[in-house]
Amino acid sequence: MLALKSLLAWLKPVFFIGLSLPALWLVWQWAMLLGGFPNDLGVNPIEATNRFLGDTALRILLITLAITPLRDITGIVALSRLRRMAGLFAFFYVCAHLSSYLGLDLFFSLAKLWKDIVKRTYITLGMTAFTLLIPLALTSTNGALRRLGPKRWKRLHWLIYPAALLAVTHHYFMAKGFQIMPLVHGAILLFLLGWRLIKLWRHQKP
Amino acid sequence: MLIRRPPRFAMNDRDVTPQSSYMNRRDIIAGLTAATGFAAFPQTANAKVAGPETYKPLVGSKTKYKVEDPNAPWKAVTGYNNFYEFGTGKDDPAKRAHTLITDPWDVKVEGEAENIGTFALEDLIDFNALEDRIYRHRCVEAWSMVIPWVGLPLGPILQRFAPNSRAKYVQFFTKNDRKQMPGTRWPVLDWPYREGLRMDEAMNPLSFLAVGVYGRVLPNQNGAPLRLVLPWKYGYKSIKSIVGIKFMEEQPDTSWNLSAPREYGFYSNVNPQVEHPRWSQASERVIGPQTGLRGALARRDTEMFNGYADAVAGLYAGMDLHKFY
Ligand code: HEM
Repeated sequence: MLALKSLLAWLKPVFFIGLSLPALWLVWQWAMLLGGFPNDLGVNPIEATNRFLGDTALRILLITLAITPLRDITGIVALSRLRRMAGLFAFFYVCAHLSSYLGLDLFFSLAKLWKDIVKRTYITLGMTAFTLLIPLALTSTNGALRRLGPKRWKRLHWLIYPAALLAVTHHYFMAKGFQIMPLVHGAILLFLLGWRLIKLWRHQKP
Repeated sequence: MLIRRPPRFAMNDRDVTPQSSYMNRRDIIAGLTAATGFAAFPQTANAKVAGPETYKPLVGSKTKYKVEDPNAPWKAVTGYNNFYEFGTGKDDPAKRAHTLITDPWDVKVEGEAENIGTFALEDLIDFNALEDRIYRHRCVEAWSMVIPWVGLPLGPILQRFAPNSRAKYVQFFTKNDRKQMPGTRWPVLDWPYREGLRMDEAMNPLSFLAVGVYGRVLPNQNGAPLRLVLPWKYGYKSIKSIVGIKFMEEQPDTSWNLSAPREYGFYSNVNPQVEHPRWSQASERVIGPQTGLRGALARRDTEMFNGYADAVAGLYAGMDLHKFY
């Protein structure tokens, strides 16, 4: 028990730092760019930024969904405690991804954003995924869990599954041609969802 | 890639956990941490490119084809582009195209023409008669670069094959070699990459066959040793590393049209009024010599036919460009 506790004690901060690294790296790169120094953003820094944030958001979303299966496999129950942090990080990167698009691409034109949402399938999908994640982020506190009650809270947070499916589809439709990365992300997601379905099915068997 | 060591204070666990299960758990956690770091840390397109001095110089005569705006830097032209035969990342061509073998290079000419057969590059291109041309390159992804090419006008070269009266179109093919072009192992597109033009488009004086850029032979990633440059059309029409030319009576297939017909038409003329399902084409990001924030934010309004309307608008007189996009 003691080992587990100390494990958690450093796992959480390490995980926190790990998930912050992409953001810190990006801020550092932009600082270099603004200062006129060499940086890793390449010749199209806005595209690089938006894609980096989109990829990071999606991967952390997948990491969030991987925690429960990992807990089941390793038997380390404490891993569950990382789920909320991962989910909030995913939401943070989605917000940054959306903001970079709105700010650096559309120069803050909400009219243009609306036109894109109506017109471009991959933006419609991304925006729907983002919208589904908002209530989850808002009810991520212990207080909200208490107020809603665990049953309703669980039912609400089930929304992460359609959100993740939409996010992968967003990536698939955004990519030109028949590309491999959206399929890799999709396969990982299907595995993670399949894991839960099988568990559910086993549970219900008499 | 990030590989983080577990911090020192984790070592306390040794006192309270049996050695075997402790090792096991530590390995699991270290693995998880590394995997998390790796998985959550995507790369940005940022290739290191070899300098121009690495490539053989080419001499071209000056021509009237110029652009008001300054050239994009060498690093941008050779380090950031699409060439899906080498991967779908914008830095993949620069990183991976070194495997392409460009010497010797043959081009197979077939179809509705008198003088068909297989021609060596040196027999197609007179390297003593090259021209310099500065064109604006407009990608369908809504970015543009001003690029100084070296090459020859396409029309006179096609004439030498003596196309017959049935030759209404001409199709071009990119090399398709799984060993040399790793991207073709995955069906991003229906390989080989192919493009096409109406004969009058191909004969237009703007249509250009490039063998060089910036006064040097083309780096592999830019479509060495022979590529089209069609400045009034979206970049993907300017097919790279050409190994086949076919004169045809019917309108030929083109790769992007086969992949997504609603998004990429046969003509693919730059047109700010025709929306693309993915990107608005009304304006474009300028990839130029500016650095810092101004460079990152630089944009310009897209011009009809990419600014080449005077030279090419007549080709499409009377056509509904919303229908023939
Ligand atoms: C759950 C929410 C979302 C996730 C996980 C997500 C993830 C992604 C991913 C993985 C990519 C591909 C990046 C790459 O190719 O490297 C992408 C691209 C993109 N996303 Fe999202 N996205 C989300 C929501 C949104 C929203 C709300 C918007 C804007 C309204 C948006 C706009 C874009 C754009 C414009 C691109 C294309 C960038 C380009 O062409 O360079 N996304 N997103």
